[in-house]
Amino acid sequence: MNLKKVNQLVEGKVVAGEEFLNREIKAAYGADLLSDVLAFTESNTLLLTGLVNSQVVRTAEMLDLSGIVVVRGKIETVEDHTLELAEECNITIIATEKTMFESCGILFHHGLKPCGYAN
Amino acid sequence: METLKVVWQVEKMDFTRAGEGSSKIKKMLHQFSIRPDIMRRVAIISYEAEVNLVIHSFGGVLQGEVFPDKVVVTAKDKGPGIEDLSKAMKAGFSTAPLEVRELGFGAGMGLPNIKRSADKLDLQSSEEEGTELVATVYLS
Repeated sequence: MNLKKVNQLVEGKVVAGEEFLNREIKAAYGADLLSDVLAFTESNTLLLTGLVNSQVVRTAEMLDLSGIVVVRGKIETVEDHTLELAEECNITIIATEKTMFESCGILFHHGLKPCGYAN
Repeated sequence: METLKVVWQVEKMDFTRAGEGSSKIKKMLHQFSIRPDIMRRVAIISYEAEVNLVIHSFGGVLQGEVFPDKVVVTAKDKGPGIEDLSKAMKAGFSTAPLEVRELGFGAGMGLPNIKRSADKLDLQSSEEEGTELVATVYLS
């Protein structure tokens, strides 16, 4: 699945890194704790999170994550600094009105796997 | 000229810049065509160590250095020291304040993540000297 498809499925809005929507993702992980992300994700993973601060992009940069879906309608609260950093680090951010549970459910239903099951 | 070492000053509670040092270390490793899995382990170590400096220390220095056979990440701070080292190494144990947890930190996985990602970890901490963490990842 690529990021474009993810954006369609969660009925999202691309707020950073629009040029990377063709990027393929292998798996997804949902968390609001960044150390959990650092402990459990693989590279080329999609991160679903309720966090909007720039550290979520730093974490994605460190792990070579494919993209970030910000859940629960936080489009307005994604900090400018977060968006700038995402552009600088070539990371796509998709914002959706859907909750974490619903977003994960939709993507899982369409065949996206959790980390550890992708291969 | 190729850089072999990044030395980065980390300020207490500066969350806006947290991770910049780790980003520089990662970019340095890119120059040496280091294996992605190794680069990733170093990135996890340096980022967790840098965030630890921001959250828990009075400020300190993060350093990443490339040797022919290994990468060494060092984080040295001015205190206050880790009260109970064995507790701090346990997954889920955290002393991070509430406002830090709201930013997504304080899962209690920092030091466990570092330990898991490093081939060798030396951690010295005292109230007088502060904390020094030295993590080594071998290149082969």
